[in-house]
Amino acid sequence: MGKITLNSVRKSFGATDVIPGLDLTIENGEFVVFVGPSGCGKSTLLRLIAGLEDTTGGTISIDGVDATDLPPAKRGLAMVFQSYALYPHMSVRKNIMFPLKMAGMDAAEATKRADAAARVLNLTAYMDRKPGQLSGGQRQRVAIGRAIVREPAAFLFDEPLSNLDAALRVNMRQEITELHQSLKTTMVYVTHDQVEAMTMADKIVVLNAGRIEQVGSPLDLYNSPLNTFVAGFIGSPKMNLIAGPEAARHSAATIGVRPEHLDIVQTGGWTGIVGLSEHLGSDTFLKVATTEVGTINVRTGGEVALRPGDTVRLVPQSGKIHRFGPDGKTLA
Amino acid sequence: MARRTSPTAKITVTILAWVIGLLIFFPILWTVLMSFKSEGDAIKAPFEMLAAAWTFESYGEVQERSNYALHFWNSVILSVGSTVLALIIAIPAAWAMAFAPGKRTKDLLMWMLSTKMMPAVGVLIPMYLLFRDFGLLDTRTGLVGVLTMINLPIVVWMLYTYFKEIPGEILEAARMDGASLRSEILYVLTPMAVPGIASTLLLNVILSWNEAFWTLQLTTSDAAPLTTFIAGYSSPEGLFYAKLSAASTMAIAPILILGWFSQKQLVRGLTFGAVK
Repeated sequence: MGKITLNSVRKSFGATDVIPGLDLTIENGEFVVFVGPSGCGKSTLLRLIAGLEDTTGGTISIDGVDATDLPPAKRGLAMVFQSYALYPHMSVRKNIMFPLKMAGMDAAEATKRADAAARVLNLTAYMDRKPGQLSGGQRQRVAIGRAIVREPAAFLFDEPLSNLDAALRVNMRQEITELHQSLKTTMVYVTHDQVEAMTMADKIVVLNAGRIEQVGSPLDLYNSPLNTFVAGFIGSPKMNLIAGPEAARHSAATIGVRPEHLDIVQTGGWTGIVGLSEHLGSDTFLKVATTEVGTINVRTGGEVALRPGDTVRLVPQSGKIHRFGPDGKTLA
Repeated sequence: MARRTSPTAKITVTILAWVIGLLIFFPILWTVLMSFKSEGDAIKAPFEMLAAAWTFESYGEVQERSNYALHFWNSVILSVGSTVLALIIAIPAAWAMAFAPGKRTKDLLMWMLSTKMMPAVGVLIPMYLLFRDFGLLDTRTGLVGVLTMINLPIVVWMLYTYFKEIPGEILEAARMDGASLRSEILYVLTPMAVPGIASTLLLNVILSWNEAFWTLQLTTSDAAPLTTFIAGYSSPEGLFYAKLSAASTMAIAPILILGWFSQKQLVRGLTFGAVK
């Protein structure tokens, strides 16, 4: 079990309100990702759930039990840190066994469980090494091993992949997703990387300045962002936000068009000069300076052979234009 | 890429380093050499002195005239006693300052360090009077107390900087793993801090062993450590270079040996934080 309910949770450091008051329910077995720019309060929120920070107001309950004033050790949650936070003086086996030892489990049973966790995470060959003798990816696996052995109510991940190189990050991302599919335990995952959020989450919570901007499935957020912040944050490259006469034509203060929803046409549309073209093989990213709507990003097929200086005409796909009011909220 | 150095520059720097090293080491070397000469030979010109016969007679005389074992034992008790006492006080203090700092922690640390900037002689009279009135003159108890107080700021500072280096996330991980405060300190904090505590202990033993101001002022015989024992061979009896050298050699030998064997630990402790 692992249902976590936050009820008007507040956190301030001195006079600064980091989280001004927030409600959220995380269902049992869900993979929830907190995403947002740095300083948005996502890590603080995770640390509040973990019990590593005290709340200024509101309540946190885990499986219906009020956990607001419980110390971290009593909440039954496991956490994986960005820096791995392994115990440097203990072997991998001792690291993984540590939570079991703290729970008072007898050594034989604890060893059995640690070995089982090691098999799942491909760590069997490294059990007697110290963390200092492992690579970044292996260290992160040990940290995950230490989290899974004691079968917690929920896992908390605090940007666990940001210290890994790009290729390893993709690998570990898939491993964590697979782990969630096999364990079916609640996972709360903090990241600033919207690709991680989109690929891993059942439910994404987009945070900005301590407030929830939108909660929903990855495709919900992509297809129907509630405001310009979510629209600009989810999706890569970023959605083009266009104000001015073009927006007025759609009776909105701002319109948004995703780079992948712009078609290159022969006649009509917005005319522009290609400023930058990045050829990825599968895709081409263009930066186009148009006369009608300013500089916009375009994502098009890999076969497009446009060069800087070329003239191009663009048309947004019908039904793919997002309309926002003067307050930044989506218009119905 | 490694920085290029010309062979000439390398040789020059090497020679310079050796010259400076020998210059620093020379007084100790000379003391040791002199201690193996007779009293008459010791005051001869340097080269004549070196050519003179080697003898153990000064060591014999020093042994006859004073109780080396007693002073050695006093030195051990004073340095180890004051160090252990300082650690008992400083470990919890440094823990608190490193892991639960308050608004005034930095000021407190600076204030503690500032006490080291005052010349010790400034408080000699009040200290002497206190010692006299409490009957602490020439007692080990009194001196252990004084040495503890003298070195406490340095011990707290060293431990504080050492504890600061322990990443907070590791302690948080322990808390998440279900460790109580006691388990956290016992299984995670202390094992990680042992190298720091060990180098602090070593440095403090050496500092206390060599402390000469208070030990000379506040002891005469019963509690006198090796520093007083050396001083006993200087002024009052005129110039007895060989015996003075023998006494000095006997006094510094133990700490020199300790320092030699623990130099790796010491250097690590003193440069901790500078190089990771």
